[in-house]
Amino acid sequence: MYRYDEFDHQFVRERTAQFRDQAARRLSGELTEEEFRPLRLMNGLYLQLHAYMLRVAIPYGTLSSKQMRQLAYIADKWDRGYGHFTTRQNIQYNWIKLEDTADILAALAEVEMHAIQTSGNCIRNVTTDHWAGAAADELADPRPVGELLRQWSSLHPEFSYLPRKFKIAVTGAPNDRAAVKVHDIGLRLHKNDAGAIGWEVMVGGGQGRTPMIAITVRDFLPEKELVAYIEAVMRVYNLYGRRDNKYKARIKILVHEIGAGKFKAEVESEYAKRPQQTTEVEKKELQRIAAYFALPQFEKLSRFVPAFEDAKITHPEFDRWARNNLAAHKADGYTIVNISLKPEGGIPGDATAEQMRVMADLAERYSHDELRVSHPQNIVLPHVKKEDAFALWQALGPVGLATANYGLAGDIIACPGMDYCSLATARSIPISQAISRKFADIDVQEKIGPVKINISGCINACGHHHVGHIGILGLDKKGEEFYQITLGGSSTESASIGSILGPGFAGHEVPDAIEKILHTYVNLRHPGEEFLYAFRRLGPAPFKEALYATT
Amino acid sequence: MSVLEKGQVMTANRLRDGEVVFLTRSGVWNEKIDEAVLALEPQATAALEARAAEDEKSTMVTGTYLFDAERVDGRIRATHMRERIRTLGPTVRLDLGKQAEGNSGAFAFKDA
Amino acid sequence: MPLLKDNVFVVDTWVQIGANDALPEGGDVAVPYARLRAEWDSLAKFPGQLGVVLNNNDDADELAHFLPHLVLVILSFPAFGDGRSYSIAAQIRNLGFRGELRATGNILPDQIQHMNQVGFSTFEVLDRFPLQAWQAASKQMSLAYQRGLYRRAGEAEIWTERHLELAPWEEQPHAG
Repeated sequence: MYRYDEFDHQFVRERTAQFRDQAARRLSGELTEEEFRPLRLMNGLYLQLHAYMLRVAIPYGTLSSKQMRQLAYIADKWDRGYGHFTTRQNIQYNWIKLEDTADILAALAEVEMHAIQTSGNCIRNVTTDHWAGAAADELADPRPVGELLRQWSSLHPEFSYLPRKFKIAVTGAPNDRAAVKVHDIGLRLHKNDAGAIGWEVMVGGGQGRTPMIAITVRDFLPEKELVAYIEAVMRVYNLYGRRDNKYKARIKILVHEIGAGKFKAEVESEYAKRPQQTTEVEKKELQRIAAYFALPQFEKLSRFVPAFEDAKITHPEFDRWARNNLAAHKADGYTIVNISLKPEGGIPGDATAEQMRVMADLAERYSHDELRVSHPQNIVLPHVKKEDAFALWQALGPVGLATANYGLAGDIIACPGMDYCSLATARSIPISQAISRKFADIDVQEKIGPVKINISGCINACGHHHVGHIGILGLDKKGEEFYQITLGGSSTESASIGSILGPGFAGHEVPDAIEKILHTYVNLRHPGEEFLYAFRRLGPAPFKEALYATT
Repeated sequence: MSVLEKGQVMTANRLRDGEVVFLTRSGVWNEKIDEAVLALEPQATAALEARAAEDEKSTMVTGTYLFDAERVDGRIRATHMRERIRTLGPTVRLDLGKQAEGNSGAFAFKDA
Repeated sequence: MPLLKDNVFVVDTWVQIGANDALPEGGDVAVPYARLRAEWDSLAKFPGQLGVVLNNNDDADELAHFLPHLVLVILSFPAFGDGRSYSIAAQIRNLGFRGELRATGNILPDQIQHMNQVGFSTFEVLDRFPLQAWQAASKQMSLAYQRGLYRRAGEAEIWTERHLELAPWEEQPHAG
């Protein structure tokens, strides 16, 4: 993974000193809150329901064990001993003090981390496939481009005061695990017949109150043109994006309002105006970065690992965990370990400092010192030998990290909701906990099969409910929490926005409603047909009937 | 238990540490909802807003806003769930927030 | 309003006149863009130095026609969160303008580095902040990842520095 050089180190040190000065000037009254707010947001510091919340960037979701340990240290020293991993691969601390923040940023800088631009009307964390570099289906690792764009977007002088936030996602696999089609810019790697790499550039996807799927503006952009082309997109957005209405300010609205054809023409026109400078530096820099993402030296192993197979036979619980939580690795004899942060009745995506340290140790020992944060708010150890999987699993159990529900009904994705967030209109976590308890039996979850349940506590959709197979949106109806259910969303390469099933439900009714939906699916599916495909085949009618028909 | 009075409470976050505070009758900000003044008429509400605006300028607090509350059996309770959570702490972590620090006042979340 | 240039306050020699004000006989005069377009035939013969005041939704490309004759372009920031003028400034510099590019409106010291980097050379600032605040803020970051920026002494471009053996970005001298 990427390692800072002296320039990167100096950059985050100066940025930390800059924030320390800004915070001091706020506390002395030299800056008003109105002036300070965009500055603190550009360092990831929110004012929330209980305290300040700090969102730390985990670029393209990749962490070393040392970095994970530092996140644990920060949780213990300056927060309440835990952190929350988010749907954009970041981590959030909920109990932060403004007067401590510069020290926290300094602690992050020590391990090559930061909180730059994790909030505010600027370019946010570039996210990617949480199995990048490891997945068997990958064409090429998208993270070098992720790192290139992270650097390019950091403190960009022209694009720090955009109409609204801006989110970029990149993927290098045909199975899109990065949700590129619902991002402001989505980049997907392709290879042509000659084996050359080109990037499909998609613009104008997003969720929130007007979910939209991105349009493709370029099918096969050469890599070295990426920065210049994206600058053209950003400039068009910065100039023409709406600033009159916060809810119509994303680039997806601009694309929609002027039309895909006109938008593409504006971008191309802007792109044609760029100074005819060489792009050789961008190309060289990408090569320099890519060297850090060379695959670890994998051992030459057999695909069949007797110790692994034997452990599954002698330990049915391990067998179950291996069945659900392991994913195919590109190297024989290796596997991708997915650690579920969704224990029965737990808070999705939360991890204690102790759990973080255990995961860091396991990564150092078994996974070439690398971890990932996934969009469904779990942790990935990307490069584990199958022969080590059993010992690893045994270490997870005692700290509550061995739940064998990865990708199943208990692996619920939820935003913090009204328990933490001042934007929320309803709580999301208790709903998640109730559903989790209802489906506590993993046999039942396995019988149902893979299904994504996403819960958002308000229309801002941070739980990504629009692209959940089952989406739950928490609203306020006359002062009471109220939940709307959508079906059929998908964040993959065949992305779709879920559609509302019917009238909403009170909180205590939601778990039964989910149960009815899943029962209907199980009863009507073809053998081996997963939830999303069954829904697309059957349409909403049988589900509506199950939920709303009076018998 | 009947609701005796309905009114509004002024809240903010303390600037330096983000702690949630409430405006009291004496004009200082206190961490406990029980100490807050419940404004029952528009005049009282306006006085709260004026004081809050002053204190926002003086770097004491930030993010001031009024919320609906009621006095029940002499103790103050937020009307809406979100502010109830603000005065107590997360409903899903009864070990965190004011409810865990003895600052919650009379009303607690029942165990889930 | 103090005029900031190269980290000191300087005297403003420019007169900004409105749509209907009489045109002075000479000197440094800036007119609104609409007036520049409407009265170009006569303004082109103005014996003094000519400048234009843009709105931040004006099109830089349309300005290209006038730029060779202009010494000053003024761009406003109606709210400090409204970042359109950063892009308009970049576009005006890309069109080859080497005169004075002035920022006015809601400008904070913490924005001065970015404004410099996209090509602004002078700033009409509020009285609220002392000169020292502007000077300190202008030096907070000595490094930038982006290329082709207008840099002060002591600022470096990281990607250029990493690959010095390649041809440098074409020098775009700062007008200020």
